[in-house]
Amino acid sequence: MSWTGKVLRVNLTAGTCKSEPLNREWTRQYLGQRGLATKYLAEEIDPKCDPLGPDNKLIMTTGPLTGTMASTAGRYSVVTKSPLTGCVACSNSGGHFGNEMKNAGWDMIIFEGRSPTPVYLYVENDKAELRDASGYWGKSVWDTDAGLKTAHQDPLLRVAAIGVAGEKGVLFAGVVNDLHRAAGRSGVGTVMGSKNLKAVAIRGTKGVKVADFAAFMKAVNDGKAVLAANAVTGQGLPAYGTQVLMNVINETGALPTHNFRDVQFDGAADISAEAMVAPRKTDGKPNLVTNQACFACTIACGRVSQMDRGHYTVANRPEYWAASGGLEYEAAWALGAATGVNDLEALTFANFLCNEHAIDPISLGATIAAAMELYEMGVITTAHTGGLEIPFGSAEALTTLTELTCKGEGFGAEIGLGSRRLTEKYGHPELSMTVKSQEFPAYDPRGVQGMGLTYATSNRGACHLRSYTVSSEILGIPEKTDPLTHEGKAGLVKAFQDATAAVDSAGICVFTTFAWTLEHIAPQIAAATGEAHTPASLLEIGERIWNLERRFNLAAGMTAADDTLPKRLLKDAAKTGPAKGMVVPLDKMLPEYYQLRGWTTDGIPTNETCERLAL
Amino acid sequence: MQKSLLIDPGKCTGCRQCEMACSHEKEGVFNPAKSRIRVFDFHTEAKFVPYTCTQCAQAWCMTSCPVEAITVDLATGAKVVNDNTCVGCKVCTIACPFGTVNYVADTGKVAKCDLCGGDPACAKACPTAAIVYIDADQTGFEKMKLWAAKTATGSAATA
Repeated sequence: MSWTGKVLRVNLTAGTCKSEPLNREWTRQYLGQRGLATKYLAEEIDPKCDPLGPDNKLIMTTGPLTGTMASTAGRYSVVTKSPLTGCVACSNSGGHFGNEMKNAGWDMIIFEGRSPTPVYLYVENDKAELRDASGYWGKSVWDTDAGLKTAHQDPLLRVAAIGVAGEKGVLFAGVVNDLHRAAGRSGVGTVMGSKNLKAVAIRGTKGVKVADFAAFMKAVNDGKAVLAANAVTGQGLPAYGTQVLMNVINETGALPTHNFRDVQFDGAADISAEAMVAPRKTDGKPNLVTNQACFACTIACGRVSQMDRGHYTVANRPEYWAASGGLEYEAAWALGAATGVNDLEALTFANFLCNEHAIDPISLGATIAAAMELYEMGVITTAHTGGLEIPFGSAEALTTLTELTCKGEGFGAEIGLGSRRLTEKYGHPELSMTVKSQEFPAYDPRGVQGMGLTYATSNRGACHLRSYTVSSEILGIPEKTDPLTHEGKAGLVKAFQDATAAVDSAGICVFTTFAWTLEHIAPQIAAATGEAHTPASLLEIGERIWNLERRFNLAAGMTAADDTLPKRLLKDAAKTGPAKGMVVPLDKMLPEYYQLRGWTTDGIPTNETCERLAL
Repeated sequence: MQKSLLIDPGKCTGCRQCEMACSHEKEGVFNPAKSRIRVFDFHTEAKFVPYTCTQCAQAWCMTSCPVEAITVDLATGAKVVNDNTCVGCKVCTIACPFGTVNYVADTGKVAKCDLCGGDPACAKACPTAAIVYIDADQTGFEKMKLWAAKTATGSAATA
């Protein structure tokens, strides 16, 4: 079977690395990755603990398919208690790091305590040890990656690291692996920094086996054929990446602009997928150089971009002239539409910086947008920003604030608080476009109503990846629903949440679900693990995971009052586009959702629900 | 008709399906480190290049082997390592100009691509046709076709 059966437990306080057996009962109940690591976390930490204190733990975890030939099976997740939200955090990343971890013989790495001095974890198959990272502290992810490969004389080392932002407590610092793949959201990198853990460097050569190779290869090949034949996964994503959405969502009237004051952006076309492939006016070259696949992925949606060397951001900085990770839709939206900036090269540069220094571009862009609104109101002034003018639409403001935030310096340290804390500090919490203190992603829920409930109930704060009802409401996958009605969305959201929790726990990418249903996924997991998984059993596992996360958050102090949206979305109608005149009628969806979940009217899972799910 | 692997790096996305297919076929495990085809990632130039044995007609590995452990598979033209004969002296790894025959410490033998007996797993697994297995005498065919198309539209002369 595809588990190595081993967990690496790293006690940073004591400086020890110990192997222990994987809890196989929990892999059956919680599948792997997101579900499994959340179970470990919930069992091992006090949900009320200080997320940046030594009592919090940080878990890097693979799924049952990670490291196999199943398409997209290179995923790993970072699970911890979030310093941004106070909720459970689970940030998922691709690239090659997850596969390397499994190949080294580890299903999961649990970090506990806090190292007295900066360290990194070096893993070479069975060998695991903490090493001095004082030479890397204060350096970027990119420099750390290069430095570790040189120090170990191993160009095949796979590195996941934090940047200076994570060291300095920027609350939305992420963990970046393979230079530009990110476990980006909820401040998982901030937790890593609080533990004085700079990086994890892994080389694995042991290989990954599955329970039934013949059945597995058949399921894998069937799955690959479905992805190849599908218009989204076979054509749209490889050609345009997730950025294919920019113009679509703008036309739908669901592109949040100017900190959600507007739902359509005049400059959307300038920062879209189409703009990325068109020759630039300046140098005649396109922004996009090629697409790139993560490990085992037959979709290959990743963007690789190259900057215009004459652009003001890099004209004198040749270190940014090479190709690197380009704009995905969420980043392009947050850095662009949310802030009103339509300079594609400035966005690309800011995105490079987010990768280089490991911060979440969604929370960054959204927080800058909130600061820009406060600036336009005269609440934040140049006296606060160190002389920098930060009106909506200013590319210079965007790139300067990004550089400052990456280093946690000057006004960047305030941006690093995130939108909720920043707007509270300046007396206008109503301008924070967040749920549970995490910034919204790129879909205005007034124009995609199911996303309103998605955001309000997400277990990690505002997030599109917990139930991407955009898939149904806009793209018609698996079936079309009307984005402008709230009716039926409670059931839709629950179904997406449960299925996605299972997919996130399997070791594969959620983007497969544009083409795959659980009917395609279950046979791959079953053949890999030798366990009789079916779509129904995966949905049950997904529901169990959702309730486990919910109970963790309730124990951490969240209540039903936190399942809400900012007033701007509940009271202020969309001004333009198909959703003109609409707000999010959350009060019409939430009670039905609680009921479908088997929760009390206070949003607490009933005893009956917990018993049914064996929680 | 003899066939040959043809690799077009321009189509490669760097996904490593080929490496896993190879290691599965040859080692019974998914393990890129054991693959006989490897994808190289020149990330600053945004290039991914799969590379494996070209099955040289006059193969340095074969002629340098002191125990004649490498022989020609007459059906495919592949130069094949006989594990029972190989003594792990590594002379072939030095002789090969391309680095595509490598020592395997676990077995004490060398390993290289043998075209899977005429049905290479890497080509079957590749999602973008960056690796194809085609008529060995016509590996330039697709490239010729591209240029022929340009000629037909009159643009080749000025290209």
